[in-house]
Amino acid sequence: MSNVPADLRYTKSHEWVRVESDGTMTVGITDHAQAELGDLVFVEVPEVDRALKASEACAVVESVKAASDVYAPVSGTVVAANEKLADAPELLNDDPYGEGWLFRLSGDAAEAEALLDADAYSAEIG
Amino acid sequence: MPFVPHTEKDIQEMLSVIGAPSVDALFDEIPEHLRCKKLDAIPSSAPEMEITRVMHERAAADGIALNFIGAGAYEHHIPAAVWEITTRGEFYSAYTPYQAEASQGTLQLLYEFQTMMCELTGMEISNASLYDGASSLAEALLMAVRSLGRKASGRVLLPRALHPYYRQVAANLTHAQGVTLHEVDFEAGTGLTTVAAAERAGVEAPTAVVISQPNFFGGLEDVDALTDWAHAQGALVIAVVNPTLLAVHRPPSEWGSKGADIVVGEGQPLGAPLSSGGPYFGFLCCSKQYVRQMPGRIVGRTLDLDGKPGYTLTLQAREQHIRRSKATSNICTNQGLLVTAATIYMSLLGPEGLSRVANASMANTRKLRDALTALPGVTAALSAPFFHETVLTLDRKVAPVLERLSDEGIVGGLDISGMYPELGNALLVCATETRTDADIARYKQALGEVLARAKAA
Amino acid sequence: MSTEPLIFQNSRDGRGAKAQWPAATDGNALPDSLVRKQPPRLPQTGELQTVRHYTRLSQKNFSIDTHFYPLGSCTMKYNPRACNTLAMLPGFLMRHPLAPVSRSQGVLACLHELQDMLRHVTGMHAVSLTPMAGAQGEFTGVAMIRAYHKARGDEGRTEIIVPDAAHGTNPATATMLGFDVREIPTREDGDVDFEALKEALGPQTAGIMLTNPSTLGVFERRIKEIADLVHEAGGLLYYDGANLNAILGKTRPGDMGFDVIHMNLHKTFSTPHGGGGPGAGAVGVSERLAPFMPIPVVGQADDGSYRWLDEQDLPQSIGRLSTFMGNAGVLLRAYVYARLLGREGMERVAEFATLNANYLMARMKEKGFDLAFDGRRASHEFIVTLKRQKQELTLTASDVAKRLLDYGFHAPTVYFPLLVPECLLIEPTETEDRESLDAFVEAMASIWEEAKTDIEHVKGAPWDLPVRRLDETRAARQLDVRYDFNGEAAA
Repeated sequence: MSNVPADLRYTKSHEWVRVESDGTMTVGITDHAQAELGDLVFVEVPEVDRALKASEACAVVESVKAASDVYAPVSGTVVAANEKLADAPELLNDDPYGEGWLFRLSGDAAEAEALLDADAYSAEIG
Repeated sequence: MPFVPHTEKDIQEMLSVIGAPSVDALFDEIPEHLRCKKLDAIPSSAPEMEITRVMHERAAADGIALNFIGAGAYEHHIPAAVWEITTRGEFYSAYTPYQAEASQGTLQLLYEFQTMMCELTGMEISNASLYDGASSLAEALLMAVRSLGRKASGRVLLPRALHPYYRQVAANLTHAQGVTLHEVDFEAGTGLTTVAAAERAGVEAPTAVVISQPNFFGGLEDVDALTDWAHAQGALVIAVVNPTLLAVHRPPSEWGSKGADIVVGEGQPLGAPLSSGGPYFGFLCCSKQYVRQMPGRIVGRTLDLDGKPGYTLTLQAREQHIRRSKATSNICTNQGLLVTAATIYMSLLGPEGLSRVANASMANTRKLRDALTALPGVTAALSAPFFHETVLTLDRKVAPVLERLSDEGIVGGLDISGMYPELGNALLVCATETRTDADIARYKQALGEVLARAKAA
Repeated sequence: MSTEPLIFQNSRDGRGAKAQWPAATDGNALPDSLVRKQPPRLPQTGELQTVRHYTRLSQKNFSIDTHFYPLGSCTMKYNPRACNTLAMLPGFLMRHPLAPVSRSQGVLACLHELQDMLRHVTGMHAVSLTPMAGAQGEFTGVAMIRAYHKARGDEGRTEIIVPDAAHGTNPATATMLGFDVREIPTREDGDVDFEALKEALGPQTAGIMLTNPSTLGVFERRIKEIADLVHEAGGLLYYDGANLNAILGKTRPGDMGFDVIHMNLHKTFSTPHGGGGPGAGAVGVSERLAPFMPIPVVGQADDGSYRWLDEQDLPQSIGRLSTFMGNAGVLLRAYVYARLLGREGMERVAEFATLNANYLMARMKEKGFDLAFDGRRASHEFIVTLKRQKQELTLTASDVAKRLLDYGFHAPTVYFPLLVPECLLIEPTETEDRESLDAFVEAMASIWEEAKTDIEHVKGAPWDLPVRRLDETRAARQLDVRYDFNGEAAA
């Protein structure tokens, strides 16, 4: 059973969003997604200052046998990206909601509130 | 029919296991109107004895000429062991090493090949090969565009003194992805590509600058100045090199103050026979920061369950079978068999043998130039230092002269007057280590006679 | 089997295969500024030691000559030795690609006849032999489709339609040519979803790329209707010839309505796979695409002599795609193979390939294995799914693949096509005898039994190969792609 923290919002394409106290939004991929992909060997994060539209492909996660795009869950501008992942992609397997975060956006937090909640996402992944 | 072991009894028993009344019934999903008629236009089956005779006759008809053409494909001595081993069934009839544990021979060999190419070029990473030299250049251009990402203008500067076929192939394989090629003229008199000429091309923010060492005329470019200039423009430097030359020439990693970024070339001189133009192989090397944009197969060393070292294809997520429409290239294969030959070739020649090949080829081409330009009506076209190829000018059209030489069993070089009208009656000639003094004397005598006869006529 | 050291570890300063060295010349004629300071660290080993090293490495490979190799979609059939011997006659090997045409009539005759034979067997209007591999053949085909629309001023066609079951090269190729890729789904019985296709077609459609039989190992029954629909919409049809072996002599892509096809000569025409290349990806075209063929093509003059056709002959050509004229040596091998088969053989290749596949499929079913498309005829290949075995025993396709190696069989293609879970795509080819097929079935059944009693033993496989299962994650995370001379010295 994969871990779906109650305080986050989710997309059907397996991204999570956390609205931080400063109003920015942190994005990553879910525990379920990292388990499906298997051991990650490469993560590409978007450049800082890049403007993203919701559903735009903006990051890539690769395992030995699969490569998957990550989509922006909401619109916004990238204010930070997790550069540690370049050398340590395993952080994403080990701690998908913590050390394995992908990037942080500034945008309209209300957009995040409209995404799936933990129950809806849990139902989605069965 | 040939190569099918089935007896009539096998066929009947197999059909009964399948539960089909006839072999024809196995095709019952193909609609009747699409079924093939007899293939009468195709010749009847020839037993091996018969086709052997045909092929011997045809090979003999083409004959074995005394060859003085290079122009991208070079006649070098190939040790007998190279193809004896390469055509062992275990190399020859294996497939891409997807099942690494059952392909350690090919995989270790590719790892050794990658190491050897890194040694020759000085670069950090080599792939396991691409199709040929020209298509490798095209792949390198696309790789440069991907490496610069959204900053890439897609404008590429390449010398007019680069092999004309490389320029054509690069354009044909990249134009659909928005790459535009801009030519840099060569200097009259030397045939070399200068920084001043590159400046004059007036291309803003080039994504890549291509440097050919040697260039198509055999000329040796000032690679340091060109590399530094290209880097000052923010461009990546793509070196197109002859691998034999690198045994004695400073590797591209040491060109200018920062070195080339991507190195490509034709691998044919390393153990592949001329063979009418293929199969050859292309090589592509780069510095580590660009590895994720590299096309083609890459082999890595790793450990097995017992901690024992072994080899496997790696970084496969760049490739088409995983990335599909977002792959670095649609390429699937490398040129495995040719790389097998090249790896054995480089091992047999070693650093000493390969540098002797390079030096002997250089020396022979100088002898050839000196011998031929001693004839009235033949002059050296360009003054620049050259590797194992150079351009001569004749006092008349080149093509008829070459035809007469061909009648004498001499393939006397390549007529490049059509490719480069500005060079006049230009003849590109090459003499590798395989040409002897007697060969050169024979060419000189034949050319002298052809020129004299025509003059008399 | 013992570990074979890297050749660099056998290297000793001053050694070498000295019979291979030309005489030394006086110094290095390069300008001083270009002279290399440190020689490249190529191996320095004796000739015997080098020969032995690479012979030993060869023995670590599975190959057609040594093992049954039912790798689906790859057509691993016997590569007749005559093809190699005859393509390597000195007259062919020594011919420079730019040698005069008068010294090239022998090789050009072979290539011209090959063009003709391929044209007839596929039902196309003309053939170009220059593409250097299947993927380059695909590039060529889609480039011609692009050039065709462009020449007609039909600029709005930006999409190539690709079924989701297609080889990854199809979408990758379309992207290389600047097209958007539109995927359409496959129905449960393996045919293309006709309604989805209709929906996808429109004035933006440049063409569709299809494999028939599909990668799912079944024949697309409504191909003619698909062709009509695509043509009505103004698009062209591309045939991926990966599975041509299944239909050779039975039905022709040209008759199905395809405008362009590529043929993997290293599959259907039995040229060697060589550990991953060289291939050869000849293309056949319909009449309307003929002006766009890549150069050079072999032409024949009225007097019967042959020459290369170039830009002057084909001004609308998509141009040159290789330095010279493609993989001529591979084409000669394909030529010899085609002549050995002749029309009698070519008409029957698909019969025996299909007989072997259907027999193997029936035997696998008999043993209780699940077929992905039960009820359909196998073409020259078929798919077994281990979904049930995975649920019940945690036995995966990968486990079976690795364990098969211990039994002396190369594994089938695993995890392709992507649509079928835990799939094994099995292609026996026509050159295998019945005993080999039976032995493979017994091995598969035996592995299943092992999994029921000792799953860990199966998951630990292979046990009897030069290495055990390799850590691919480590290979990607800790990239080691060349020998570390210094590291070794330090150790």
